[in-house]
Amino acid sequence: MRATPLQRLLSFIFGWGAALLLFFPIAWMVLTSFKSERDATSPGLFFAPSLDSYRDVFARADYLSFALNSVVISVGGTVLALLFAIPAAYAMAFHPTHRTRGTLLWMLSTKMLPPVGVLVPIYLLFRTAGLLDSRSGLVMIYALMNLPIVVWMLFTFYKEVPNEILEAGRMDGAKTAGEVWFLLLPLTLPGVASTGLLSLILCWNEAFWSLNLTSAGAAPLTAFIASFSSPEGLFFAKLSAASTMAVAPILVFGWFSQRQLVQGLTFGAVK
Amino acid sequence: MSTTSTPDATLSGSEAEATRKVGPLLVMPSVIVLLAWMIVPLVMTLWFSFQYYNLVDPTTRGFAGIDNYAYLVTDPDFWVSLENTLILLVAVLVITVGLGTLLAVVFNLPFPGRNIARVLAISPFFVMPTVSALIWKNLLMHPIYGVFGALASTLGLPPVDWFAQFPLAAVIAIVSWEWLPFALLILLTAVQSLDHEQREAARMDGAGPLAQFFFITLPHLSRAIGVVIMIETIFLLTVFAEIFVTTSGGPGNATTNLAFLIYARALLQYDIGGASAGGVVAIVLANIVAFFLVRSIARRLEV
Amino acid sequence: MARIPRDGIIAVVAGAALMLASTGVARADSTITIATVNNGDMVVMQKLSSAFEKQHPDIHLRWVVLEENVLRQRVTTDIATKAGQFDVLTIGNYEVPIWAKQGWLVAMDNLPASYDVDDLLKPVRAGLTYDGKLYGLPFYGESAMTYYRTDLFQKAGIKMPDAPTYDQIRGFADKITDKPNQIYGMCLRGKPGWGENMAYVTSLVNAEGGQWFNMQWKPVIDSPEWHKAISYYDDILKADGPPGATSNGFNENLALFSSGHCGMWIDATVAGGLLYDKKQSTVADKVGFAPMPTGSFVGAPTWLWSWNLAIPASSKQQDAARTFVTWATSKEYIQLVAKENGWVSVPPGTRVSTYASADYQKAAPFAGFVRKAIDVANPDGQTQQPRPYQGAQFVAIPEFQGMGTQVGQTIAGTLTGQTTVDQALKTAQAAADRTMHQAGYPKK
Repeated sequence: MRATPLQRLLSFIFGWGAALLLFFPIAWMVLTSFKSERDATSPGLFFAPSLDSYRDVFARADYLSFALNSVVISVGGTVLALLFAIPAAYAMAFHPTHRTRGTLLWMLSTKMLPPVGVLVPIYLLFRTAGLLDSRSGLVMIYALMNLPIVVWMLFTFYKEVPNEILEAGRMDGAKTAGEVWFLLLPLTLPGVASTGLLSLILCWNEAFWSLNLTSAGAAPLTAFIASFSSPEGLFFAKLSAASTMAVAPILVFGWFSQRQLVQGLTFGAVK
Repeated sequence: MSTTSTPDATLSGSEAEATRKVGPLLVMPSVIVLLAWMIVPLVMTLWFSFQYYNLVDPTTRGFAGIDNYAYLVTDPDFWVSLENTLILLVAVLVITVGLGTLLAVVFNLPFPGRNIARVLAISPFFVMPTVSALIWKNLLMHPIYGVFGALASTLGLPPVDWFAQFPLAAVIAIVSWEWLPFALLILLTAVQSLDHEQREAARMDGAGPLAQFFFITLPHLSRAIGVVIMIETIFLLTVFAEIFVTTSGGPGNATTNLAFLIYARALLQYDIGGASAGGVVAIVLANIVAFFLVRSIARRLEV
Repeated sequence: MARIPRDGIIAVVAGAALMLASTGVARADSTITIATVNNGDMVVMQKLSSAFEKQHPDIHLRWVVLEENVLRQRVTTDIATKAGQFDVLTIGNYEVPIWAKQGWLVAMDNLPASYDVDDLLKPVRAGLTYDGKLYGLPFYGESAMTYYRTDLFQKAGIKMPDAPTYDQIRGFADKITDKPNQIYGMCLRGKPGWGENMAYVTSLVNAEGGQWFNMQWKPVIDSPEWHKAISYYDDILKADGPPGATSNGFNENLALFSSGHCGMWIDATVAGGLLYDKKQSTVADKVGFAPMPTGSFVGAPTWLWSWNLAIPASSKQQDAARTFVTWATSKEYIQLVAKENGWVSVPPGTRVSTYASADYQKAAPFAGFVRKAIDVANPDGQTQQPRPYQGAQFVAIPEFQGMGTQVGQTIAGTLTGQTTVDQALKTAQAAADRTMHQAGYPKK
């Protein structure tokens, strides 16, 4: 589509305006993290940048261990969810029964329950199973937590695979589910990738289970943040520094993978 | 998508046989773990909801009958929390879908630096809710240190104390900021898939930009909007971190939603019985919402 | 083990157990998990704990440092379900007797002579004693006092009396408020929570002759005394308070005062050390101190809080935990902080010896005020009408956390004009009635 210069100008103004507005809070957080605590109390743009806050934060908490936990738990939860979800979504898309639709929606409805409603039962179960403060416990929780969304997203991908391809495959002699599966894999890889990315982001940012089921050993970055929110004294710069450090890995990761994420994040909405 | 018919229609007898065997077999693992994940805590929650069970007062234990439920529904905060849950849900949906559609159209037009602008615009989606809430509360909306307050005073206006004067609106603003990028992403993909020839034809017919938007773009987006509504609803019904960090459900009960009410029961009053009753109500509510979603949206998604 | 003779009795107890174990097998190291609040003094403790690990190479420390509210829900869930995630808990004098009664805590008896348990401040020690035994050791303690800006008072030509009343304070606040320059005459806690706004409000209500429950455990919130107290609180904060009062807890007010935005502030004495610290405060040389104001009922319970280290009965490392707890609350630790960070930064409000130290008195001119405030805090005393419960700025029953926070939300609603004082007190009364009824009071 050709655009007139006026159109281009308008979309430039609106597009960049919206982008800067939406990004402003994050930019401001990063900016504040380089201020001294005294400068951070006044919203000025000019100040002597310092790394003091980062130094303080590093001195007080073992950032790398928190970050490592975040990575391990998020990746583990995502992989586990995909392992369960891929066969399920495949079967639902290619071998639907009259119960498929109901099953899918029931799965989704399990996500609408506030997690705090089942905290004590889960805590008791985890205590009994010895899973408190363990990465594997959180991996399980995260896999289950994201399973409905992951199944549904994959399901919509598989549904978009033209039936003719399967037919062709069958004619070539791909009789078993396994063979069809290998035929499908390259076709749906972008879908699996973007589903995995979404799940990764959701795991990284989850702040209820990670706070309540861990103590020292398996605590991820959300617990790291909870030790910097509203301590005594002036804390805005330190809070900003800690926040920046907690958000940076996933943000940078998100920027680099956004093309893959965007490609697949359609939930079957594109016809 | 090239076909909308279900695969069943093309299956021969033996393949239908295979479907009967393979399908359930593959779905089973997911369903079983989800069932376990749902059922075990659900049964425990149901059981606790009929018990007197206070974590910090083990002396009062025992069968409570429907006391916990009676206590819940006679609590004035309960009805307010349902109302707040719905207001939050609807407001955020309207804002994110509305602005998301507009932005999707803008970001579909060519302009210099579009890709970078798009990356910046979707960034809030990657920020953890706790951090978003902390930034908004302390660095932006704080009436003394915040940016908004400073802007207001350069305009000669008194600073607005957001979380006291407009608490629910402030929470809605934060949650919308987090979810607008998600709506934008999905809607943008949908806009991009819109057939250029279709639009070109409409232009030839003399349809103005507005008419094009309303008669071509919007109907084309209806499926994507349905998806956004569905996914966001799932998360918005359980908004918690943003409220916990900023207002703790107040002032009064102005920002208490159902998730926060249950939290207050469970982890402020340690009344596990009462919290469990709240949890059961939340499950019922979730199923009602799911039912409406099925009727209004999921049908169009051919799920 | 015997190489630390001053830990005498512990060494004997632990040693005896060790003798048995170490006859054949080498002693295993123990790792203890410490749950603590992210307050300044605890952060210092975490930093200085490397000295402890050097002294005790066989004990390794793991830290869980969380914001107060999150920490409280974590440790409560854990101890109530006996999950045993933590070996050392940081809890308040509100929790200690309640949890001790449930049998959740290990008694801190048989302390070594070098610990000098009689050196602990009496009111603080009494708050941690249940059934004649100590169940937690105080890390720092506080009462409350009035902070004010000497420069602003001078400019306004007023003088803070030695024992101010609430009426006088109101007048001062009006005089020094300068809103265009973002100077607010009075900062008070407004953030809802039993340990936030309700700590101050409960103390204020006590001062005006009110109380939470009558002798039949019936809530008496809908009373003229509460009405007077809350109206005062609303009026002064609306007229002279900072914007955003409902989000201000202790930390936020501390930030406001130390960045020069408050004329007066009535809050915990522990803020003294922080306000006086030039590194953390822009008004360090302009801070004045006065006792907490008095209302119509003089001698009411005012404020007594301590953060304490306690050991849960579910801990599997009780000996190592005890070694740490006695170290972190010892005189030796206070000396260590004084050496590393200066006397003004030592954890206050726990030991007579701290207040007797000439160095401390010199570094912390408010020390005498604090000591006196703690001595007259009177947490077990009576309100104007007799009361069945204890506690100065809280009510020492398990139900208070939930109820206090709920009432705190309602009171915060009056600050924003969401409800009137009358309405709020009715709502609060109803909520408290419901909670008490549900909890089965009056208990037989």
